[in-house]
Amino acid sequence: MSRKTGLITQRTRAAWMFLTPMLLVLAAVALYPLAQTIWFGFTDASLNDLDGAEWVGFRNYLEWFDYGNGQGEWDGLLVDERWWRAVWNTLKFAFVSVFFETLFGLIIALVLNAQFPGRAIVRTAVLVPWAIPTVVSAKMWGWMLHDQFGIINDMLMKVGLISAPIAWTATPETAMAAVMMVDIWKTTPFMALLILAGLQMIPGDIYEAAKLDGVNPVRVFRKVTLPLVMPALLVGVVFRGLDALRVFDIVYVLTPNTDATRVMSLFARENLFEYDRFAYGSAASTVLFLIVALITIGFIYATRMDLEGKEDR
Amino acid sequence: MNRTKFLAAGLAAATLGTSALHAAELNIVHGAVGKDQEVLRVALDRFEEETGHTVNIVSMPERTTDQFAQFRLWLSAESQDIDVYRLDVIWAPQLADHFVDLTEATADIIDQFVPAAVESQTVDGKLVALPMFLGAPALYYRSDLLEKYGKDMPETWTELTETASEIMQAEREAGNEDMWGYVYQGAAYEGLTCNAMEWIASNGGGQIVNADGEITVMNEKAVEALDLAASWVGNIAPPGILNYAEEDARGVFQSGNAVFMRNWNYAYALVNGEDSPIKDVVEVTTLPAGDSGETASILGGSHLAVAKYSQNQDEAIQLVRFLNNEESQRARAIESSRPPTLTALYEDAEIAEKQPFIPLWKPVIDGAISRPSAPTKGDYNEVSSEIWTAAHSVMSGEMDAESAVARLNAMLTRLKGDAW
Repeated sequence: MSRKTGLITQRTRAAWMFLTPMLLVLAAVALYPLAQTIWFGFTDASLNDLDGAEWVGFRNYLEWFDYGNGQGEWDGLLVDERWWRAVWNTLKFAFVSVFFETLFGLIIALVLNAQFPGRAIVRTAVLVPWAIPTVVSAKMWGWMLHDQFGIINDMLMKVGLISAPIAWTATPETAMAAVMMVDIWKTTPFMALLILAGLQMIPGDIYEAAKLDGVNPVRVFRKVTLPLVMPALLVGVVFRGLDALRVFDIVYVLTPNTDATRVMSLFARENLFEYDRFAYGSAASTVLFLIVALITIGFIYATRMDLEGKEDR
Repeated sequence: MNRTKFLAAGLAAATLGTSALHAAELNIVHGAVGKDQEVLRVALDRFEEETGHTVNIVSMPERTTDQFAQFRLWLSAESQDIDVYRLDVIWAPQLADHFVDLTEATADIIDQFVPAAVESQTVDGKLVALPMFLGAPALYYRSDLLEKYGKDMPETWTELTETASEIMQAEREAGNEDMWGYVYQGAAYEGLTCNAMEWIASNGGGQIVNADGEITVMNEKAVEALDLAASWVGNIAPPGILNYAEEDARGVFQSGNAVFMRNWNYAYALVNGEDSPIKDVVEVTTLPAGDSGETASILGGSHLAVAKYSQNQDEAIQLVRFLNNEESQRARAIESSRPPTLTALYEDAEIAEKQPFIPLWKPVIDGAISRPSAPTKGDYNEVSSEIWTAAHSVMSGEMDAESAVARLNAMLTRLKGDAW
């Protein structure tokens, strides 16, 4: 008995020894900046004088702003209308683009999973949008969507769908849609690839059995393919969801800096670096982190995702 | 941006910095529009030849709003990578702490500079940057089109709206489908703040925040001016104007697709350049006045500052002096039509011959109004952002001018608190 405990202790120690370097690195590159940001959110820090930052409590989040005559109003990030607009923009962006990326990704994966000549080339070609750096593709789409010399307007006008060029990225009504479209174009290949990997894990004999039983293809998809590919698909959705909630570059490059498309990370950046409100921006970054964390945990819990691999045991 | 290269350059410079007689490697950061970069490179080549130092240009995005965030980041990190910064005229008060006081290093030449320019770069007695070039926007117009349709040069914004609309309609009927009346800077950034301030000030609506820091935007004239500007979008200005900066406006105008354009002086050299489809038919004049006011132009320009964190301060100061000496300024005035900061050059025969508008522009520059960067201090960027947000929301039709002005007034009042 005691020998066994000894062995376990020894193994545990070895495990910790292997884990420690990684934990240290993680603490240095992830935990420390995070803690620093959270701390700055509770101070009056200014970029010109970060060392002189002093603790001010929850003032950046919520504070009663007294007019001095008994009246007053609530002030701070939690009642900042522009911030909530940014949160809403982000959620809308994340939901719509991840939804379509998953849908299109699934369709493309199903096609690519079939046997056809030239499949390897097509699989590689599909990845091209994903391989282009976001800033480059955003700039490229910015030109294609340009109201005066953009090719999209030109094509739509030639086929008679629109009568006058549309300023896709400039008008508040279409700017968000333009951002979503470019993001979907760019990230669908990523989803397709993840789902394709999932599809290829499904053993072929299940399909053979279904075929022998004469089950129709739609039913096969619903009862066999979808449930079996679900774990891969959910992992993809979590990855993309995380990415989409902290979207920055595509919105920053493609659209003007207005309320119509301002997302959480743009709001934080603006306050951090452009305005002299480093502390407020830090508070926004902290809330951004909390929102992303909560949504991810909520999603994992709601879909009962198997993160610890219990089913394999 | 090649960060490793910066670091390598910085390291190399730092190790070399020990000996006094070395050839330094300097980095100048330069947000450029038009031909700025090419003209600077030519000047730098001359500097390299004369001194044996090398100078790299670190280029920046076109919009000054984007440049500022990056500058602030570098300066707060006390980065040694950049020695010389080209600053927009409005930044001195916000960034003064990070730069070397140039008062002593330029004492022998400072009297030759336009006094107002020097003053704008002096913060609490410290000369933050040495004036490089000035600017006051111009109304560029197609003299051939005005002549063709027998129109006089519009003197007010209302006249401009009518003339632009008529010529645009006529040109479109004549088969020029892409024709627009007026292009300017309508994207949500610093450039729109300049445009909006001009509309309001020229209509007698004041400067939004005056030199004493009082908020003066809440008035009928301001509402009127914004209303007129909102009527342009989609009518005489392309709907995409809501995302246009300087070069977007020039793109449309220079391809011959607009009758009028508001732009800075750099565009003059380009629209009249050899490869410009509209050279010889473009002229410039001052911006129109409002119905109840007189023409107003925003003071622009860029100035050179030496970072406190530079390892080669002496060489950097030498470079700043070189780039602002008579020869460099003359070349800049001729090649990129940037109005000089040396008083004497406004009477220079060569400049007058090659860029005839420059001597004429001196009174416009002298009369230009300043953005409220001095009275609002550290809050200026937020003030400016509130101004462009208000103007943008009116132009895009999200808000009517009256509510936007009321909201702007409230936001500025709150931002100001007891004092700027």
